[in-house]
Amino acid sequence: MDYSQFLAMKQEIGLLIVFLLVFLYDTFFSKKAQGALPVVTCVLFALLTLFGFICPCMKESATAFGGMYFTSPVLAAIKNILNVGALIVMIQAVNWADSDFIKVRRGEFYELMLLTLFGMYLMMSSNHFLVFVIGLETASLPLAAMVAFNKNHFESHEAAVKYLLTAVFSSAIMLMGLSLVYATAGTLYYDGIFIAMLYSDINVMVIVALAFVIAGFGFKLSLVPFHLWTADVYQGAPTPVTSYLSVISKGSAAFAFLVVLTQAFGFLYADAWEWMLYALIILTITVGNLFAMRQRNMKRFLAFSSISQAGYIMLAIVGLNEMGVSALMFYVLVYIFSNLAAFGVIGSIEHATGKVDMDDYNGLYKTNPRLAVTMMLAMFSLAGIPPFAGFFSKFFVFTSALSGPGVGAALYVLVLIALINTIISLYYYLLVVKAMFINDSETPIATFRSACAQRLGMWVCTAGIIGLGIVSYFYDYLLTVVE
Amino acid sequence: MFSNILIYFVVIPVVMLGALALCRDIKQIRAVAVTGSVALTALSVWLLVEYLSLRAAGETAEMLFMGSWSWFTPLNINLAVGVDGISIAMLLLSSIILFTGSFASWEIPQPKEFFLWLILLSTGVYGFFISIDLFTMFMFYEVALIPMYLLIGVWGSGNKNYSAMKLTLMLMGGSAFLMLGLIGIYYHSAPAGQPLTWNILEIAKNDAISHGWQTFLFPMTFVGFGVLGAMFPFHTWSPDGHASAPTAVSMLHAGVLMKLGGYGCFRVAIFLMPQAANELAWIFLILTGISVVYGAFSACVQNDLKYINAYSSVSHCGLVLFAILMLNTTAMTGAIMQMLSHGLMTALFFALIGMIYGRTHTRDIREMGGLMQIMPYLSVCYVIAGMASLGLPGLSGFVAEMTIFVGSFEHADLFHRCFTIAACCSIVITAVYILRVVGKLLYGPVQDDHHRSLTDATWWERLSTATLIVCVAAIGCFPNFFADLIRFTFSPEIFTVLGMN
Repeated sequence: MDYSQFLAMKQEIGLLIVFLLVFLYDTFFSKKAQGALPVVTCVLFALLTLFGFICPCMKESATAFGGMYFTSPVLAAIKNILNVGALIVMIQAVNWADSDFIKVRRGEFYELMLLTLFGMYLMMSSNHFLVFVIGLETASLPLAAMVAFNKNHFESHEAAVKYLLTAVFSSAIMLMGLSLVYATAGTLYYDGIFIAMLYSDINVMVIVALAFVIAGFGFKLSLVPFHLWTADVYQGAPTPVTSYLSVISKGSAAFAFLVVLTQAFGFLYADAWEWMLYALIILTITVGNLFAMRQRNMKRFLAFSSISQAGYIMLAIVGLNEMGVSALMFYVLVYIFSNLAAFGVIGSIEHATGKVDMDDYNGLYKTNPRLAVTMMLAMFSLAGIPPFAGFFSKFFVFTSALSGPGVGAALYVLVLIALINTIISLYYYLLVVKAMFINDSETPIATFRSACAQRLGMWVCTAGIIGLGIVSYFYDYLLTVVE
Repeated sequence: MFSNILIYFVVIPVVMLGALALCRDIKQIRAVAVTGSVALTALSVWLLVEYLSLRAAGETAEMLFMGSWSWFTPLNINLAVGVDGISIAMLLLSSIILFTGSFASWEIPQPKEFFLWLILLSTGVYGFFISIDLFTMFMFYEVALIPMYLLIGVWGSGNKNYSAMKLTLMLMGGSAFLMLGLIGIYYHSAPAGQPLTWNILEIAKNDAISHGWQTFLFPMTFVGFGVLGAMFPFHTWSPDGHASAPTAVSMLHAGVLMKLGGYGCFRVAIFLMPQAANELAWIFLILTGISVVYGAFSACVQNDLKYINAYSSVSHCGLVLFAILMLNTTAMTGAIMQMLSHGLMTALFFALIGMIYGRTHTRDIREMGGLMQIMPYLSVCYVIAGMASLGLPGLSGFVAEMTIFVGSFEHADLFHRCFTIAACCSIVITAVYILRVVGKLLYGPVQDDHHRSLTDATWWERLSTATLIVCVAAIGCFPNFFADLIRFTFSPEIFTVLGMN
């Protein structure tokens, strides 16, 4: 065996090194030094992130293990984007990890998180369904432990059980689909499947197999009708874990979905999955939005909002073109910043007062103007209001969906439905703004100063929300990478 | 980039935003608001003078002061600016109303936040009028819409939460259609093989949007902008929104923001898709015709001053779209004049209503009377505004409406004639509701003894209203100046496509 091929996995190896260092620190350092563990993790991970951006060797295309693993500049870019998101989550989690009940286990939290990230990398970088499944399981199972991290709250356990069962169930469904794929194509290599599909008739078995695979992804991405676990898990999980689930886990699954659909099932686009995606997108956006309107708990609210956001991410896949890939990556990037800003505010308020209801936010602007403004920016960005980044990412997704020759009326209708849904989403995002700026409250949240790390996280997110759209460099860069 | 004068219409408001964020007390805030709006007005006037002198020197390009800076290169998105007579007229209008609006909100509570949102709104408005790139135009359009929510929600009165939400969602709903329309236009903006473009002038020159796509995209864009232009049946946000909004916001919204709708219909929907406009104009003529008459009738039965004026705005703005759809030079000139005229007049109305409401704390005309004895200055101003609204010669309303109806009568067929006559009738109805208010509010007996102790206008209120009255009279007395400014800029191409003139 040629061991030099391991060098293709530079980012994965980097991540594992960070993991091992954190693990060793956690195991061997004195209890006193343990206090610095969150900061050390953040610094190490920040170095890795930075390295991924500046070092050209991270961005080379390469394959390894007989083509089961591959990496390319596009994959390097999406991994970097996810790294940035994970870094912000880590920074925002510092204070939570230092709180009384979590303190003894904070090392585990960061280790599990790094492990899931490793799984997500594998999921996206695989060119063979076996590697993919390994990645998927590595990404899912530690997450269940993370969801259960608030040992003293039964909601946390309930959420973890729900998440675990769903994850296992969806894996089972996907494996069923994959076995059917293997039965038809005789291989689990993506390109092998592609070629096999090219030369065989499209029969029911292929379609069923594809449907199973899409359903498996649907659970992971919480697309409607596979979304039922989302709200409960988001509500029950500790806020840092919720934010990690809603952006990083979702972003990586979306990209892996794109890779699988195009690389393995690309040939079935017009015959099968184009229409499946249409249906999923319409359902996801609409149902997510309609349920979000009624939520009073901020975490549940953002759960449904993130369901509908997943629908918009899927819209970038529908176009099946380079612009779509870059629009997807850009959307994920912007979504990371916007959603993490919102979760940053929620986490900060929860940490200080324990309140998570929208009614508790009444009059927030009068007592905590900065938090209120950050939240407002996040809401506007999620709703797609210019000049914030969300507007640009939505616009690019719509533009990419309609690009290409011979775009028919069906796509225009799809985009119109998505556009009308942005109005519904604007309604409930404005409800939060209304609570903070317009409503009065007799018992508003008292003025408090967020912890340093949380403020740092929110500042980074705010800068992203304002800067990512107006500065065209980021989108241009992603597009050049894709091309 | 900064050598282009137009860019300063966006730069100045942005600088104002920064300055406002640093302000400590109300005096500084007022100083920033007034300085900024004076600077913008001066800039508009200077632009007007420059423009006229360039035209006099024989400059025949469609748009002047053009500039284009690449933004999202792979998508051909540029920050492209350029103005013709129409945009200059609109810029001037915006500046005047922003100026008077700052004075009208002299004593607003929470002034810092209020002016921040108000200036953000005007950034959008200015950006919209100087853009000739569809993407930036749309972006500024949405920037102008969203501050309304908080301006009404926080500083409004009455059923403000409902109104603010309704207004925001309806206008954003319009912009959803608009966005689809604009992306559609982009993908058909150039003949096959040539680079696509968002630039309005290039799209018009390419004339590549096929007939079938035009019939799909024209309604999208026209309805999208039409919602903001208060086109029936999408006008319902307007009365509630205006009635709940604080004074300066009503002024800016009715005076300028609703003009974004008319301007967009003209500049995008009709200018880029003339064939579809020609074919489908009848549908929208019916709708706008209904706006004109229905708005006027509704105004007759309202008792709340702001509702009366809001419905009157529906009627007058309906007339703008109505005139644009006549698709000939005379009526379109009239439409632009009507935008100017209505903008100034309605701003004056809302300013006066705000001032009266600030004193009497009621807007119900049944609870007020005899104001002429109590506050003669405001009452006289109100009469002048009313006279302008019902089209008294010498004031702006007459000129605009006259031009529109003359233009409309150029169409000889029965359909156009019928609708023109119906629209003409709205003038009579306007007289009914204006004179009803004037009679009850200003001349009747004093209804409430507490009102006798009220004071007349303060200096900032006088400054605000007097400026507007001077402008209204200026349009009325020198209509040719404005007509020339506007008429000179109608591009010949659009009319050759339509086979008119």
